[in-house]
Amino acid sequence: MRIEEIENEIIDEFAIYDDWMDKYEYIIELGKDLSLIKEENKTDDKLIKGCQSRVWLDSEKDGEILNFYADSDAIITKGIISLLLRVFSGQKPEDIAKSDLRFIKEIGLQEHLSPTRANGLLSMVKQIKLLALQNVAA
Amino acid sequence: MRKFEINTVRKDFPLLERTIYGKRLVYFDNGATAQKPQIVIDRIQQYYSSENANIHRGVHHLSQVGTDLYEEARKTIQSFLNAKHEEEIIMTKGTTDSINLVAFGYSKLLKAGDEVLITEMEHHSNIVPWQMACEYSGATCRYIPLNGKGELDLSNIDELINSKTKILAVTHVSNSLGTINPIEMLIEKAHAVGAKVLIDGAQSLQHFKVDVQQLDADFYVFSGHKLFGPTGTGVLYGKKEALEQLPPYQGGGDMIKEVKMSGTTYNELPHKFEAGTPNIAGGIALKTAIDYFTEFDLSELEAHEKELLEYAETKLKALPGVRIIGTSENKVSVLSFVVEGAHHFDVGTLLDKQGVAVRTGHHCTQPVMDYFGINGTVRASFAFYNTKEEVDIFIGALERALNMLG
Repeated sequence: MRIEEIENEIIDEFAIYDDWMDKYEYIIELGKDLSLIKEENKTDDKLIKGCQSRVWLDSEKDGEILNFYADSDAIITKGIISLLLRVFSGQKPEDIAKSDLRFIKEIGLQEHLSPTRANGLLSMVKQIKLLALQNVAA
Repeated sequence: MRKFEINTVRKDFPLLERTIYGKRLVYFDNGATAQKPQIVIDRIQQYYSSENANIHRGVHHLSQVGTDLYEEARKTIQSFLNAKHEEEIIMTKGTTDSINLVAFGYSKLLKAGDEVLITEMEHHSNIVPWQMACEYSGATCRYIPLNGKGELDLSNIDELINSKTKILAVTHVSNSLGTINPIEMLIEKAHAVGAKVLIDGAQSLQHFKVDVQQLDADFYVFSGHKLFGPTGTGVLYGKKEALEQLPPYQGGGDMIKEVKMSGTTYNELPHKFEAGTPNIAGGIALKTAIDYFTEFDLSELEAHEKELLEYAETKLKALPGVRIIGTSENKVSVLSFVVEGAHHFDVGTLLDKQGVAVRTGHHCTQPVMDYFGINGTVRASFAFYNTKEEVDIFIGALERALNMLG
């Protein structure tokens, strides 16, 4: 599926929640379900330090596409990571670089990507974009 | 004197009426900043609507009115702290600004071999300026360690305070733990070796009465915004002789006596440390905040906050996996805690979505977090306008959050 299609799918999934707590219940479930990065791979060079929560990011190139693996010590951050990776992982670098992550705003989670939130997510997105750009160039 | 009556007091603070995500706001982030009573908000508006002009040196009417109002604010602060002289009150941008002013001065006065003594529980703003002063001067920065209750470990104090100690900088009340420090004893010990003492009062004056002459501190600093006043206001109290010893901090207008191309002579206290146009509206409204606050019998507010703290502590302790960080018997109404298996960021986010505002993280006290071996805490900090009913909402919201995270 293309990035835009996955984003639309996520927007539809979230459309059924009109209560914030229900929305977060779902995000937490996403966070709990996914084991995103192996414990031995949570090394300092993959660590993105946020003020509030820590995020680890790993990537590999597989032919034309980029795969991402990430994790966090906070479960809500982890839930949002699982959404971001669902959108980005397995996509072509040029598509990742172009994406404006419309779905985050649509489902009301933009506060988590604000520079003042300091949970590591914004830095993670920047890092993913940077890796994509490097691979486009290469 | 105004009788403390919680329901009428709450009506003085318009923001307490609002809702967040459709839920009634429970504001428990008073340690970060306090809400403002309507009269403080009105005072700022009145200044800009009918009194605005630059102060000092003006010959026209408004400039003199503004100058008088601003200098009256200084007198109010003087009497609030019971300082001996009016010129011992330096108006600053806040606690951080006040500490930097003093630490900058010390970076010029200190030399290699001298010692600066701070503590492990300081806010970063009472650590970093001193580390910088030591870096610039070659002096050594030492610290008084913590104990498991989140108090200062004074077992080695007579070695830490010694003839090399030039200044001791310590917080009156810990922002992340709530601990009230035995500063009277520390001031006495520091003075016995000829050291000066700076007390960080950012977390104390909103909770209890402070008399700087009785304390005998050389410097006492605080922020206006934690005391129900505007942001960008603060105070450096300094004993006259201690302030006179310090070189000026920032150069500019107002702080000079005479400027020639060959050099400048500096103004007298307090203006020597007040370069540039100050936060005039802020200073005047800070006076309004202090006037409002001191209408009450502070011991009544203190008793109310103590009751809130004990009530919240009992309820919190009943929840599984909760560990309170900062368990001194001598503390203000600050409740810092961690929950086993729940990250503070997650807890804070889920409380927020239920209308409860708390602070999470290291609270600018990373050494405290390191000491306890944690990344951060959830901190609920109460003001006199908070209620037991709000504590119930907070505990209910916390239980729901923990169920979701568990």
